[in-house]
Amino acid sequence: MSGAAPAPARRVLRRVLSAPGALAGALILAVLIAGAILAPLVVPYDWNETRVCARLAAPSATHWFGCDLYGRDIFSRVLYGGRYSLSVGIATVAVSLIFGGLFGTVIGYAGGRIDALGTRAIDVMLGFPPIIMAILVVAVLGVGVWNAALAVGIAGIPRFARVVRGATLSLVEREFIEGAHAIGADRTRVIRRHLLPNLAPTLIVLTSLDLGNAILSTATLSFLGLGAQPPAPEWGAMLNAGREFIRYAPWTMLFPGAALFLAVMAVNLVGDRLSQVLDPRQRGRS
Amino acid sequence: MRGTWLLRRLLGIIPTLLLTWSVVFAALQMVPGDPVSLMLGGTPASQEVIQAERHRLGLDQPVHLQYLNFLRHAVTGDFGASFTTRQPVLSMIGEQLPFTLSLAAGGLLVGAVLGTLLGVLAGLRPNGWTDAGVMTMALAGLSLPSFWIGMVLIHVFATLLGWVPVIGTGPVSLILPSITVGLFLAGGLARLIRASIIEVQGQDYIRTAHAKGLPPLLVVGKHIARNAVIPPLTLLGVQFALLIGGAVVTERVFARPGIGAMLVDAVLSKDYPLVQGIVVVTTGAYIVINLAIDLVYGLIDPRISRQ
Repeated sequence: MSGAAPAPARRVLRRVLSAPGALAGALILAVLIAGAILAPLVVPYDWNETRVCARLAAPSATHWFGCDLYGRDIFSRVLYGGRYSLSVGIATVAVSLIFGGLFGTVIGYAGGRIDALGTRAIDVMLGFPPIIMAILVVAVLGVGVWNAALAVGIAGIPRFARVVRGATLSLVEREFIEGAHAIGADRTRVIRRHLLPNLAPTLIVLTSLDLGNAILSTATLSFLGLGAQPPAPEWGAMLNAGREFIRYAPWTMLFPGAALFLAVMAVNLVGDRLSQVLDPRQRGRS
Repeated sequence: MRGTWLLRRLLGIIPTLLLTWSVVFAALQMVPGDPVSLMLGGTPASQEVIQAERHRLGLDQPVHLQYLNFLRHAVTGDFGASFTTRQPVLSMIGEQLPFTLSLAAGGLLVGAVLGTLLGVLAGLRPNGWTDAGVMTMALAGLSLPSFWIGMVLIHVFATLLGWVPVIGTGPVSLILPSITVGLFLAGGLARLIRASIIEVQGQDYIRTAHAKGLPPLLVVGKHIARNAVIPPLTLLGVQFALLIGGAVVTERVFARPGIGAMLVDAVLSKDYPLVQGIVVVTTGAYIVINLAIDLVYGLIDPRISRQ
């Protein structure tokens, strides 16, 4: 059977939430996710309806976050924006996790020449600063929110692959893997039944630490005009639109940016704590 | 022995550079559409003109020859002319480079000073209130969208307080952009330096230094700081990637010229020679800088080059 049994999920969750920072992060995240899911029921105005208020009107009792250039309610747009930014962030990490994780596991397990070649490929991919890699992928695929997600996801593959390969290498030498081979388990079975369950903590930590970065990077591409396009209420795209009104209507950029910051901070607070709880090297440090 | 290590590392970047640039070539081969029609930008042209242009750009050659030409051009820096401005790509990059470099230098300065200060403050007294406060700040720094904080800085310091001009050239106009880039760097650096200081503090030689009665300030300066600075230094290469990312975004926010702004515009206007040139130059610089950092690391810590 597998080596160290993974810690039961409930105990991990309790330990994660015992830290005040992580608890605050989880609460903020819960509010943002609830807001995004329940947006159609909660928002006072349609996110795309123009002229519900005066152009660039300041925040007021009826329009809490003020209004944008087209007289759209910014509060409604920020709430809806959570749908984009959070789901796009998750899709992005999924791309890095699935492809990077699989690649790292396979080359680490195969060893020898395959590992040497795979490591070389990872090195080459790491030769690109992530933002440049993402922009290059957008240049090929074209602008758009899902292309941006794919671009940031692809840029994250080498980071995931490198860490997972390292973790796989240390697992491959353990007795339970040798034992599995000895009783005649084939390679796919060893990967599925023995390697992946034991890589789970590493994968969870990587994912949680990268999610904040993924949300931020996709929003960055949208801000640069390479991701979500108007009129989509994506936070980065809203900030891009608000860029021109910093002087006259700062609320057009303050609230979408604050929502983005809170979301990334919340994910990072939870991810940080999760990595302390799950990563054995971090245990006992703080 | 150190000589062969140095030579091996220096020669080792050649295949990395060639392979990285091959990825750029392969990626841009996948761009849908014909480069010549993109270059003509919808202007009607006769078949002869199109054929002549294809021949001039070498597009009528087989892919493997185009690839070899591309590598030769990448090495010599000849990336052809931009589709939009018709100027040589290399001279366009050369014109914009000083703006990006000064922004990167400013950001690095702010990031390094702030990050070191916060990291040392937290690392010397881990698990206390200062540590918790500093680490929350560091995490906030890492979570701040730099394009947002840039705009907030403009709002507060240029619009509300009027301390700095919104637009302009010269060193004053570099203050807010440098802070914008630096804040993001500072967060990561503070965490690394804190972890490193905690690790070094637990070592036997630090206990010995304290035990033999050295003044605490000397222990911190001579023994802790010197050993704690090495691990974060190796990550300066990664920080350089953050600097590039920060520059791309910050140039946009502050409407500054620079490589990053030019790259985004090139992608939006499908100016592929320019995209290719900028990506080749930045990846090349990134790989060379990472090598330089590795070499410095090896010189500071002889254990590395002996491996």
